[in-house]
Amino acid sequence: MFISKFQFINNLAEILTVYIYSNTSMTTLSVALTGNPNTGKSTIFNELTGVRQKIGNWPGVTVDKKMGYVRHKDRAISVVDLPGTYSITARSPEEQIVIDYLLQEHPDIVVDVVDASNIERNLFLTVQLLEKRIPILIVLNMMDEANRRGIKLSSNKLSRLIGMPVVETVGRKSNSIKKLLGIFTTTVMSNYHNTDFVEEHIQKVEAIDAMALTDEEKEAKKIELRYAFIDEIIPQIVDFSGVASVTTTEKIDRVLANGFLALPILLLLLYSVFELTFTWIGQPVADFLDFAINGWFSSQVDIFLGNVGVAPWLHSLIVNGIIAGVGSVLTFVPLIFTLFFCLSFLDGTGYMARVAFIMDPIMRRAGLTGKGIMPLIMGFGCGVPAIMGARALDSEKDRMISILVTPFLTCGAKLPIMALFAAIFFPNNASNVVFSMYIIGIVVAILMAKVLNVTTFKDKKATFLLELPPYRFPDMKTVFLETWDKGKGYLVKAGTIIFAMSVLIWLMSNYNLHGSTDEMSQSFLAFLGATIAPFFTWLGFPTWEAGAAVITGIVAKEAVISTMGILYNVTNLSDDTIAAAHQMLLSLGGSFTALSALSFMVFTQLYSPCVTALGTIKKETGKWKWVAFAFSYTTFVAWFISLLVYQVGSLLGY
Amino acid sequence: MAIVKGGKNYLTLNTIKTHGTKVKIISLEHSDLKERLMSMGLVPGTKIEVLRSAPMGDPMAIKVRSYNLALRLKDAKNILVEKIEE
Repeated sequence: MFISKFQFINNLAEILTVYIYSNTSMTTLSVALTGNPNTGKSTIFNELTGVRQKIGNWPGVTVDKKMGYVRHKDRAISVVDLPGTYSITARSPEEQIVIDYLLQEHPDIVVDVVDASNIERNLFLTVQLLEKRIPILIVLNMMDEANRRGIKLSSNKLSRLIGMPVVETVGRKSNSIKKLLGIFTTTVMSNYHNTDFVEEHIQKVEAIDAMALTDEEKEAKKIELRYAFIDEIIPQIVDFSGVASVTTTEKIDRVLANGFLALPILLLLLYSVFELTFTWIGQPVADFLDFAINGWFSSQVDIFLGNVGVAPWLHSLIVNGIIAGVGSVLTFVPLIFTLFFCLSFLDGTGYMARVAFIMDPIMRRAGLTGKGIMPLIMGFGCGVPAIMGARALDSEKDRMISILVTPFLTCGAKLPIMALFAAIFFPNNASNVVFSMYIIGIVVAILMAKVLNVTTFKDKKATFLLELPPYRFPDMKTVFLETWDKGKGYLVKAGTIIFAMSVLIWLMSNYNLHGSTDEMSQSFLAFLGATIAPFFTWLGFPTWEAGAAVITGIVAKEAVISTMGILYNVTNLSDDTIAAAHQMLLSLGGSFTALSALSFMVFTQLYSPCVTALGTIKKETGKWKWVAFAFSYTTFVAWFISLLVYQVGSLLGY
Repeated sequence: MAIVKGGKNYLTLNTIKTHGTKVKIISLEHSDLKERLMSMGLVPGTKIEVLRSAPMGDPMAIKVRSYNLALRLKDAKNILVEKIEE
């Protein structure tokens, strides 16, 4: 049987934990968290396990599998955060995972996290679990919020009615977490059984199967029975008399999600997020890192290697290849992390659901869905988590289209290319030209979404049903963990693929079939660049240097500028964009006109996703076919639009 | 657009534009979303309050069973409702 690396590590961890605790003859206690989305289930998971968690995939599907470990009073507890679902009818992969896990793995404790302020709908899943006769520990979470809204709940009554233990919590509070851990280690679930009241309901549901109805009618009848059952429970356990007719969330929504005012507010917020990322926090830290790594660290290593007297080729490989390559990627890390922190924070407040709501009319016309806005915004940071973020979308069609159009956007690594070229060739209009590249990326993404919608995926259906959760102050532990989870891929990329490719590019630009060469124009890279150069004849940049930069850009977009720097022999490319632009202009001016530079910018903006993004597409779609498609159609679109830019520009006399 | 069923005037949910209008679900037409809508608490007899709509009128947001839900008009069209006075 195939066991993934992740499963293997987890199994190993489990075996080790069991071994360590075998002295006290106690096995690991297994806890599974179930519940609706937006119930604070993940907050409870994060507060329980903290950094002792692993996020992987359930076998065969792109659904996050979150496992974690915690120790309480010398008892080892493993916790699994099952996907948040509204029901377990097994209509979606998420629901299938929940029901399979509960019925096959038999966790010691099944926790059903219920949002106390939204108990009616939450109880639907609870009732379904009771119907399966799975003993559940009901956690009435967000009790503080329920109390604030004037909802009075009696957990004792609920417990008496259905026969299961019920505990009240506030997920982000440490005493609630301690309380939960205490209950986990002392509760024996097999002591709990459905009451007669519940069993009567189950008999009614089971009687439906014998009726002469279609499956759809049966299912509808069962759902109605469950809500009838819930409507019987609710008046006995909840007192709504203190609830205000207009909630705080409703008041906020009247501003943030109402009519046309919502759009300018959204734009303003997004603008602030980008300012925070690219001007206030991300960029200054990135500049410092750039100075620290590419300036100070690089020169220290340079001096050290010179003193030690290593071979010149190794010296060059380390300083010009590895440090320059990995360093250029590392400097983007602060940008990426700041952007993802902002997005995770906004998501935690509930605002991103409103963004999905108000953007749906626009996104729908583009063949996308409102929910797709979040992964797309991530795409301005890095395409990799953006492609992975598409898994949150409802339908296969939405996911695929989102994955395939994300690479057109101006990710953090493309931005320096645009900034530098704009500074060199359009010194008076640099920021407008960079901005127009963003626009081109967005417009092409929208157009291609539309095209894919009516061609490749025309038979697939898309759906849109979106809960608008109450506004909340996000649990910061969850925000940080999410930021780390989305951003860490970028660090891994710097350490693995960029490291390897830096070495490879260095080799290719310093060697040819006859061995090492000082003349770059005689290197492998020059040969490869020259091979593809003819493709760019009509686009205005048929040089081997441009060809080589395009090839290395597929490895990582960051490499385009550094390759050009090496190829045009710009030594010690300045950190300052303007100064670097002057240096490069002297070298590049001969090979590029303003128009061919613009054509080159458009091409690099749109062509093939980088290797890491292509790898992510393989992981998320499961098929090499889609990787090949993503590579070839983006490159063709890029080629075609650059052709238009160059040819129309030439005709107009530029 | 009023739909007459059993001698009574019913409406489809998508036609209700006035924010704050309260309605009761009569029935749900067959659709891909029917089961999901029902699982989320939209069963016959359930009361709904129409909250607002996104720019350009679609999707719409409703309050149902003390939570808020957004759905597109083409899906709201499959929900037959009756206005209630409060």
